[in-house]
Formats: sequence, C-alpha cells, structure tokens
Amino acid sequence: MLTVDIKKKLSDFTLNISFTAPNKTLVLFGPSGCGKTTILRCIAGLLKPDEGSIVSNGTVFYSSQNTTHLPPRTRNVSYMFQDFALFPHMNVKHNIWYGVKTLNQQANELYEKLITLLKIEHLPHRRINQLSGGEKQRVAMARALMAEPQILLLDEPLSALDAQSRYELQDELKKLQEIWNIPFVLVTHSPEEAQALGSEVVFLHQGQQVAEPPPSWNMNANGTTTRSSFQYFY
Amino acid sequence: MVEWQPVILSIKVASISVLFVFFLGILAAYVMRSVDIPGKAALESLFTLPLVLPPVVIGFLLLILIGKQGPVGILLKEYFDMQIIFTQSAAVLAGIVVSFPLMYQSTKAAFESIDKTLEDAARTLGSSEWRVFWTVTIPLSWPGLVSGLVLSFSRTLGEFGATIMIAGNIPGKTQTIPLAIYFATESNDLVTAGMYVIIISVITFSIIFGLNHWKGKKALI
Repeated sequence: MLTVDIKKKLSDFTLNISFTAPNKTLVLFGPSGCGKTTILRCIAGLLKPDEGSIVSNGTVFYSSQNTTHLPPRTRNVSYMFQDFALFPHMNVKHNIWYGVKTLNQQANELYEKLITLLKIEHLPHRRINQLSGGEKQRVAMARALMAEPQILLLDEPLSALDAQSRYELQDELKKLQEIWNIPFVLVTHSPEEAQALGSEVVFLHQGQQVAEPPPSWNMNANGTTTRSSFQYFY
Repeated sequence: MVEWQPVILSIKVASISVLFVFFLGILAAYVMRSVDIPGKAALESLFTLPLVLPPVVIGFLLLILIGKQGPVGILLKEYFDMQIIFTQSAAVLAGIVVSFPLMYQSTKAAFESIDKTLEDAARTLGSSEWRVFWTVTIPLSWPGLVSGLVLSFSRTLGEFGATIMIAGNIPGKTQTIPLAIYFATESNDLVTAGMYVIIISVITFSIIFGLNHWKGKKALI
C-alpha cells in the first residue's frame, strides 16, 4: 500500500495530488505535461516535493513535517523509464542483475522465473543495441522486478511499442502484477493503455486530480468517440 | 648530436603529469557537476585559464609560488626540506597545470553527454552515488576520458614556456625535447633540432592516430 500526498511547485502550475495505491495497478492518466512523471520521480526519490508525505507500507519515504527524504537507493522502488534506460555498456544479463543486492539461490530462481515469464531466455548475452523495442521493454521489466521492489513505477511503458507488442505486453503486465502483488503505479496519456491496464484510474489536469475524465478519454486511436466502458472502472 | 635523454625525460614527465591530471580532471569535473556552490562560474573560469593564458605567464606565476622566496617554496623547504624549482618535479608541475584544462574540459563534455536517466535508473535499482559513478558514469564517459588523457599527454610532451620558467634547461636533468629543439636551433645545430622535431612529431602523431583508430573501432561495435 502506497500513500501519496504531495505539493510541488512546477514552472506553469503547482502539483497538488493525493492518492492511495493498493496492491493493484493504479493509472495516473492525463495529457502530456500535467505532472505525471513528476509524481513518479517524487515517489522514486529522484525529486523532492515541496511539502506533504509519501508513505509505503509504514515506511516514510518523504515527510515535510519531520524533514524525511530517503534517497532512491533505500526506497526499494523500481522505476521503468519511458525509454527503458537500459545500460548500453552491459549485456542483457548484466542489466537484469544490476539491482540484485545478494547473490544467492533465491536470486537465481527469480532470474530464471522472470526470463521464462517474459520470454527472454534467448537474450541474456545480447547487447542492448541488438534488441527490438518489445525486447527492451521485457528486459527493463525483468531488471525492475529482479530488484524485488515493494513498488513498481511505470512511465508510459507501452508507448514506444508497435501495436502487436503492445497487446502482448499489456497481458504480461497484468499477469506480473497479479503474481508480484505489489502496487504498480503507471502513468500514461493513452486511454487505451489506461483502460487495458488500470484497476483504478486517477485523472490529472495541470497537476490536480479531477473527477471527470478529459474528452480524450473516450477517443480511440482514430480520434473518434467510442463511448467506451468508463463505468467499468467504478 | 641527438641524445636520448631529452626524449626519455619528456615521456617520463608527460606520463607522470597525466597520471595526476587524469584524476584531478575527473575529480574537478565530477565535483563541479554534482555540487552547487557559490562562485562556480569563477571557479570554472579559473580551471580553464591555463588554456588561454600564454604558457610563459603560467610559468611566471608558478615561479612566484614555488620559487625560493615564494609561499609554497618556503613551506616545502620548511616542512619537507625540499625544493622543486629547477628539478624534474617542476617540469611535471608545469605539465600538470598546462594540461589540466584539456582533461577537465574533455571529462566535463563526456559527463554532460551521458543520459541522466541511466544514472537515475541505477539509483532506483539501489546503487549508492559511488556505485553509480563507477558502474555507469565512468564506463559511459570512457571514450571522452581517454581523449582527455591523450590530449593532455600530447600537450605536456610539447610544453615549453612554463617548463623553461620553472624547470630551466639543465642538460641531462631537466632538458625536455622542446627545450632541446630550442637550444639546438639557437646554437645553429639544425640537424639535431630537426631530428628532435621528427622524434616528437612521430610520437605525437602515433598517439593521436592510435586514439582515432581505437575510437573508430569502438564506434563500430
């Protein structure tokens, strides 16, 4: 369980957001530049909010009241960046093992499980520049989960992929969330992605939570209104 | 007549200088990048100054500092009973000062070219700043660091102005190739001077050629 209640002044508006993420996939949905990535960076500890608190399973990550601001390395929060941020100077295997704290049998088992689940058994010795977009996404996912995080943050995880890979990975993301049973906080500006993945959706507009989804919510990829199942989420 | 002593000494001085400059340049670039301190712009200018000042000016300033009556010279004499003016150490010091900006600028550019998200990714995967530096920052900026190293080495190899001011021209002791060329020319021994010119040109060309070859090979991977 993750509780976020933060304020941060940005150049055009003030981010002011409060939500609780259960052990499910929570989607932060909003147009580009509405502060979604800033929220993820604050949860990960890469940015410091101006005030408020971020608490995960009783651990205070950030609190302006008692001036707590844990560094990213002690938060145990994995972050899947939009461009995957795989280390280009390491092969796939070294990338996946990067966040492992202790090398033991359990880690080996987790590694085998992850590469099987994500269907990347044939990739360990490849270099990053030899991977396709979908493969990079799977490797980034494996690396993030290999660190045994208590929260996984995903920044537009599917936006860089072609339609085919997107459908496949949507299902895999759902499956992985069910197996790991930790909060997945996912930000996206794609209604399709949000509707396919989100157990809960928080709508954002200029750094504030809004009750109503923006008009883009019911648009499909062609820009036409679909009257899609908004009620499905509530 | 060509003697090998200036050649050996030049290579020795340049090697020791770059050893210092390599670490000092990386340290300075890293600190300037990570820490927000007042007067950063002034410090930045100071680091680049030896690149634009005439070497003879740098030599003069160093002479004032480490000379027998200079503040650093007095301290060294008092506490370590040593004197570095007109020694090989002075030649190394001159090399360090003139080549530092090249290493610093190369390192700074290399650090700036790294995708910051990669360092952030390492942080979120549980790495300390120290581990991020060694496993992400340094490997990714390696080509830039090697360029800085090679440029600094070549610069020190050809150093004349500051070296003659503080190390002097003592044959067999502090005479490097550029000094040997100058004094051979002055005494009208153009054959010797020409030989030294060929030697230093071959060394410098080989180093730069080697660097470009290595970079070309790296780019192909």
